[in-house]
Amino acid sequence: MNFHLIYPEFLLIGLAFLVLTLDFFLSEKKKYLLNWVSAFGMAFILGIALFMNQQGDLYQGLLIIDGYASFFRIFFLAIGIVVTLISRDYVDSNVSNPGEYYAILIFTILASISLASSGELLTAYVSLEILSFGLYVLVAYDRYNPASNEAGVKFILLGAFSSALILYGLSQTYGLIGTTRFNEIAVLLNSMENISIGMLIGFVLILAGIAFKLAIVPFHMWAPDAYEGAPMPITAWLSVCSKVAIVALAIRFFTNGIFPLAPDWQPILMILAVLTMIGGNLLALVQKNMKRLLAYSSIGHAGYLLMGLAALVGVSDDGTVSKDLTHLVSNGLIFHMVAYGATNFAIFFCLIIVYNSTGREDIQGLSGLAAKQPLVALVMVCSLFSLAGMPVFAGFTSKFYLFNAVALQGFLLMVGVAIVASLISLYYYLTVARYLYIEKNSNDSVIYVSFNSKLILIALLGFMVLAGVYPSPLMDLIQTATDSILKID
Amino acid sequence: MEFLSFSNPAGLVALPILGCFILFFIPGHRANLVRWISTTIAFLVLIISFYFFLSFDHSEGGRQFIYEYEWLSLIGPWEESQRAISMSVGIDGIAATMVLLTGIVMFTGTVVSWNINVNNKDFFILYFLLLSGVFGVFITYDLFFFFFFYELSVLPMYLLIGKWGSSSKFSSFERTKEYSAMKLTLVLVAGSVLIWIAIIAMFVQSGTGSFHIDEIQKVIPDKFSSEFQSAFFLMLMIGFGILAGLWPFHTWSPDGHVAAPTAVSMVHAGVLMKLGAFGIIRVGMTLLPEGAQVWMPLLIGLGAVNVIYGALSAMGQTDLKYVIGYSSVSHMGYVLMGLGTLSLVGLNGAVLQMFSHGVMTALFFAVAGMIYERTHTRDSLVLSGLAQKMGIIAVLFTLAGLTSLGLPGLSGFAAELLIFIGIFQSYEIWGIILGSLAVIGAAITAVYILRLLSKVFFGLADDTLPEYLDSTPREKFAASILVIFIVLVGLWPFPFVKIIESGVEPILLQIVGAG
Repeated sequence: MNFHLIYPEFLLIGLAFLVLTLDFFLSEKKKYLLNWVSAFGMAFILGIALFMNQQGDLYQGLLIIDGYASFFRIFFLAIGIVVTLISRDYVDSNVSNPGEYYAILIFTILASISLASSGELLTAYVSLEILSFGLYVLVAYDRYNPASNEAGVKFILLGAFSSALILYGLSQTYGLIGTTRFNEIAVLLNSMENISIGMLIGFVLILAGIAFKLAIVPFHMWAPDAYEGAPMPITAWLSVCSKVAIVALAIRFFTNGIFPLAPDWQPILMILAVLTMIGGNLLALVQKNMKRLLAYSSIGHAGYLLMGLAALVGVSDDGTVSKDLTHLVSNGLIFHMVAYGATNFAIFFCLIIVYNSTGREDIQGLSGLAAKQPLVALVMVCSLFSLAGMPVFAGFTSKFYLFNAVALQGFLLMVGVAIVASLISLYYYLTVARYLYIEKNSNDSVIYVSFNSKLILIALLGFMVLAGVYPSPLMDLIQTATDSILKID
Repeated sequence: MEFLSFSNPAGLVALPILGCFILFFIPGHRANLVRWISTTIAFLVLIISFYFFLSFDHSEGGRQFIYEYEWLSLIGPWEESQRAISMSVGIDGIAATMVLLTGIVMFTGTVVSWNINVNNKDFFILYFLLLSGVFGVFITYDLFFFFFFYELSVLPMYLLIGKWGSSSKFSSFERTKEYSAMKLTLVLVAGSVLIWIAIIAMFVQSGTGSFHIDEIQKVIPDKFSSEFQSAFFLMLMIGFGILAGLWPFHTWSPDGHVAAPTAVSMVHAGVLMKLGAFGIIRVGMTLLPEGAQVWMPLLIGLGAVNVIYGALSAMGQTDLKYVIGYSSVSHMGYVLMGLGTLSLVGLNGAVLQMFSHGVMTALFFAVAGMIYERTHTRDSLVLSGLAQKMGIIAVLFTLAGLTSLGLPGLSGFAAELLIFIGIFQSYEIWGIILGSLAVIGAAITAVYILRLLSKVFFGLADDTLPEYLDSTPREKFAASILVIFIVLVGLWPFPFVKIIESGVEPILLQIVGAG
């Protein structure tokens, strides 16, 4: 067996247990070291992952380590480091046994990586469950806060329900097709004369489960509560990691597995995408709490991603499928996820800083931030503009790229809806910007920002601007990643 | 180092951005240092924009100072060589005029903004960001970057108005600056939504894999059907029209201009509204010539409504800035009418009017700002007889007013005359009707401007008001630059018209050729 392909994953498991064990041996005062251990451990693994370029299959193709998987491995490790670093102040002041927290976080990173590299439905399901279980615990981590508990319960119940949907759909397809490997599914579907209704039900159930996990309207009800109740760093993690991991899986599943069925699932995804883009952004208009606002905003962004997924396979007028355009859409999806991830982390980190000093997470609690902490306010307003898709920032370029790719597949009308939805979103982003810069200072609380935090903020801001004005190095990386799943025959 | 060459138009975008970076690292409390650095940067930009205008060779025409940098390659079913978004810049006759206008307004706006005391560093950073976007729109020939800069020039407005603007209270209603800022931003972005959709549609339809205007232009006859052209030209016309103050989408404009701080009003009414008209020429008329032919009668009609409606609304206003704001709407109507004539004279007039109105309205807003600073009111019912106390300010306002009503010898006359000729020559009987309406509009302008002048400046002096200082040397300096151009264009429009014509002609030939 070529186990060397997944050394980083093994090391991650080792790191998780190391952090868990270290927790027993460190005194209360020294527990902050766990943060450094996790962050440096992940940075070390990231270093290894950067230099690994071998490719191959493991366990007869259950796990596929190719350029695509490597890209997401690096991506999840990188955002894992960021979320560990931004968790620090929160964990130090609110969490009694940080070892568990970091260990579970590392397990969710592991699960996300294996989701992106799974080449088969059951592996994907197991990875998804590891990810979900980690998140269930993390969301409810604030044990003495009723909101957190409520969020946890809601999240577990609905999450379990959606897992059951996926599992049922999975068994249905396996029963009728006889395989769970993506590439074998594609071959079998291509050879079939007509597709049985049972198989369609199976796929639809899988889609519904995925929609639940992605918080797609009308399966989004759990998201705002879970986002609001969860500890702030976990909200950030939830909004980025789970979405990116599932979309990464979906890109592979759709383009390698069920693309022959595109005419069947495309309309479903399109309807859901339109509902999500409009619904998420409209509901965000009335929110008063920043976490809820960002929850709905991330639902809106999930809508853009879903639109990209729907447009992965396009059939042109003369009945041919253009692999190049599938490529372009996948690139756009990944680019948008990277941009969205960095931006969301930046904005959540600003909120964490404010929350740690003032204990407030409503929009009004942000008033006058520009006068108190110009850097935090600057990063926050830039992230807001980036989320709204305004130029100079990553959000503009990635949106333009994604929307353009989707339109090339022939979905101009849906792109029109997406653009209108992002106009709606501008209103509530600007409202937040108003509190940051224009409203007068409402409270005298001092907001403290450590030097490390400033460095992280500047790094995130730098990334946002760089990806917005000079995206070609990043696009080259993404291009290599998608090349490996969309082999041009 | 081709990139650092003086004749690279990208410098116009890069220099204000560089200014933002320098200002970013200057401590906020060094307000004077911030002022001097901003003024220096703005002065350099002014010199460069002069350079482009003066060294533009109108006998050669076309596009000059071309530079191109590949930015991002797009994978797709098209030829390898075409797969790119490229930062391609160049200057044609229209852009040369607009760049000069932007340079002038940017510099005078910076000088006028010396009196900003609250966070003036942040103000200048946003102000320069706004202007680099404006320059970008004028010089770029790639639709992606066109849209990039177009959005960039809208983005900082919200904070500029919201933070440094002023709310107005009237007897019956109130307009807070937050309201005006939000209205302006949302309406303008709604316009750019339409533009974005149209740009993507043109890209998809062209099938070239390039956003470059030239590349798309090559395939117009093959790929863009008449229906496609007319559908998306309308979209572009409304999208850009929103920024140009096209009736009935103009309502953001007076509110926004009134709430904005002086320099931002100057840039916004002076330059930013021109972006809309410029976009109609650069994107709409260039890429969708048949669509232009279909919809131009509508544009000229709406332009006429703009002229009359704007002028009548201005007549009903008492707030100085509202008068100027509505007069901008009215004057932008002339620009739109000029575009709508689809004749060389009319288009020349339209672009010249863009320049003339830009300089004139900048002067208007600058003077209104000076008055407000001294008297703390802009209410023309309260202000009276200011000429006795601030003579020079009165002269400046009068000059701007006379330009506005089209007095011969000042820039407004030259531009409006060309537009009137263009309108009367086009559309037969309708041309005569519309042309008469346009002239009536100018007459109404004379009514509200002269009434304002007679009351505010030459009425009975109100002795209860305190003594006011007349304009400071700094203000005189800023205003005199604007005055020079008003008089220059009025007395000797020939070089301007020549340069504009070299840019307008190829676009017009294409439209006439298409029909």
